[in-house]
Amino acid sequence: MRAVIAEDSVLLRIGVVRVLEMAGFEVVAEVGDAEALLAAVEEHRPDIAVVDVRMPPGFTDEGVRAALVVKRRWPRTAVLLLSQYVEERYATDLLSANTSGIGYLLKQRVADVEEFAATVRRVAEGGTALDPQVVSQLLVRRHSGPLDRLTPREREVLELMAGGRSNAGIAEQLVVSESAVAKHINSIFAKLDLPKADADHRRVLAVLHFLGVA
Amino acid sequence: MRTVTRLQGLLLRPFRGTQRQVAFLATGLLIQFGVLVVMALPLIVFNAMSTGAVLLALVAGLAVAVLMEPLLTRAQHARFRTRLGVDIPSPHGGRRPRLSEWLRSPVGRRQLLYHWLYGPLLSLGALLVLLTWAVAIAAAFTYVWIWAVPPEWRLQHLGSSTWAAYLTVAGIAVLDLAAWLSGALTRLDTRVATVLLGPSRAEQLARRVEVLTESRAGLVDVVDAERRRIERDLHDGAQQRLVSLAVNLGIAKATLGDLPEDARRVIDEAHREAKEAIEELSSLVRGLHPAVLEDRGLDAALSGLAARVPVPVRVTVDLTARLSPTIESVAYFVVSEALTNVVKHAEASEGEVTVERAGTSLLVVIRDDGVGGAEPGRGTGLSGLAKRVASVDGTLAVDSPAGGPTVITVELPCVP
Repeated sequence: MRAVIAEDSVLLRIGVVRVLEMAGFEVVAEVGDAEALLAAVEEHRPDIAVVDVRMPPGFTDEGVRAALVVKRRWPRTAVLLLSQYVEERYATDLLSANTSGIGYLLKQRVADVEEFAATVRRVAEGGTALDPQVVSQLLVRRHSGPLDRLTPREREVLELMAGGRSNAGIAEQLVVSESAVAKHINSIFAKLDLPKADADHRRVLAVLHFLGVA
Repeated sequence: MRTVTRLQGLLLRPFRGTQRQVAFLATGLLIQFGVLVVMALPLIVFNAMSTGAVLLALVAGLAVAVLMEPLLTRAQHARFRTRLGVDIPSPHGGRRPRLSEWLRSPVGRRQLLYHWLYGPLLSLGALLVLLTWAVAIAAAFTYVWIWAVPPEWRLQHLGSSTWAAYLTVAGIAVLDLAAWLSGALTRLDTRVATVLLGPSRAEQLARRVEVLTESRAGLVDVVDAERRRIERDLHDGAQQRLVSLAVNLGIAKATLGDLPEDARRVIDEAHREAKEAIEELSSLVRGLHPAVLEDRGLDAALSGLAARVPVPVRVTVDLTARLSPTIESVAYFVVSEALTNVVKHAEASEGEVTVERAGTSLLVVIRDDGVGGAEPGRGTGLSGLAKRVASVDGTLAVDSPAGGPTVITVELPCVP
């Protein structure tokens, strides 16, 4: 798979490149700001762009804005945003534009090399990955709605789903059996009145509900 | 030798500063004389003693007097500054008020009082003092007259040397008196002018408060800017470096599968510590000044804060526009500290934070359903909070009965 990296800190850029190359990605371009990122994506049409949120010249949210442009112009390129701090609105900005091939992680997650590589791969394949901190931040702000009908356990499961985990991953995290997780998920689908469709699609819908985007 | 010096000092002491004092008094006299001439001008111009002319002259004189007031005040200030080195603060601060405003203010009335009552009286005193000087000098130098003036011009009895001796001694004594009078009158004039031409105590205090308020606001802003700078430096420097270090250790951990167990453990350990260091540094940076606050405002920063608290906290921020960075930063730290307290002391099961505008203030309310009993000054961080709030003229109220719930209400001024 081919990747473009936009990160203004050279040290970190080298690190990300190393991790991705180790995981079998081909890094076709490394750039330091949003404009160069757009040019690189235009030229290479990579499978995924790994983008720092805070980049020159303004050092605020250039990365998010560039990511939105990428998703609009080249929807088949996945975008994984890296940020020093989580800001749930970046996530909702991204997710309301497009729901597949989007990821948003704290920078330090790169250090968990294998997990990070797996996440990049998942996002590049069209999945969603949200940092656990983004997810918990979203929870704080949900005031009322169908989500209130969920039990705390179901909320936890949904949170992990939003983070992009599989049933097996959720089961491992919560130290329960996979069948128990499946039961919780079915209950979540029912409580959120999600139409009967294939499981993956319902999963995405549940997560979107959860994020307040749907 | 030393006795002589001491005697000299004793004799000359009354005369210390006399020159300046006399110059000062003379200048005052000149100013008053100038005023008198200006006031008398109408009388001289109309050159008549009929009642109508006198009345007209009086009215004209008064008008001239009032119009001259600012000029006179400046002249007097200059006199005190140049002759005595006494700087009477301007009663209006740096600005120059309009004439009507000047006349209506207590400051204007006080100045009128100086220019038209105390000033002339003091000048009369000054005139007497100067005359005393003249007489004293004339008498003290009797022998000079006797020696210098031709005999036929001399007053008859001055020829007698006994009289001349008496006169000389009396003259020297009066010189001393004149010096003392000059000093006394100068001090009196300074005292009166300071009260009447300078700002009153209340005005001085008001000005001081103004200056202090301004400098404090400046200081608060500077501290805030400094925090932002440090945050940025840490973010661009140490934090990136640490992440990079952790990434490299992570790569090492993942790739060096065939290392001996010991080496693996060391790398593992280093990796974990690097990650912990990142966490610690992030929370330190957040404590300094959260970047999200600057980029996205209170709403975003507070929900980020609430998300990290182990107790479920609902955040409602109802603001249409961004506030000043300083107010945002104080509001953020108030909530941050209050939530820390909730976690540490309250044993709460949930909390709530609301932020809204109420007129010209920002209302921040932090509620929890914990055990209550929070008091500022019991080392719960509440007193630090109160200080921070007070630094921007805000108020903090804590309602925390034993058994709970605790409600902290903070009001921060913000310009609409």
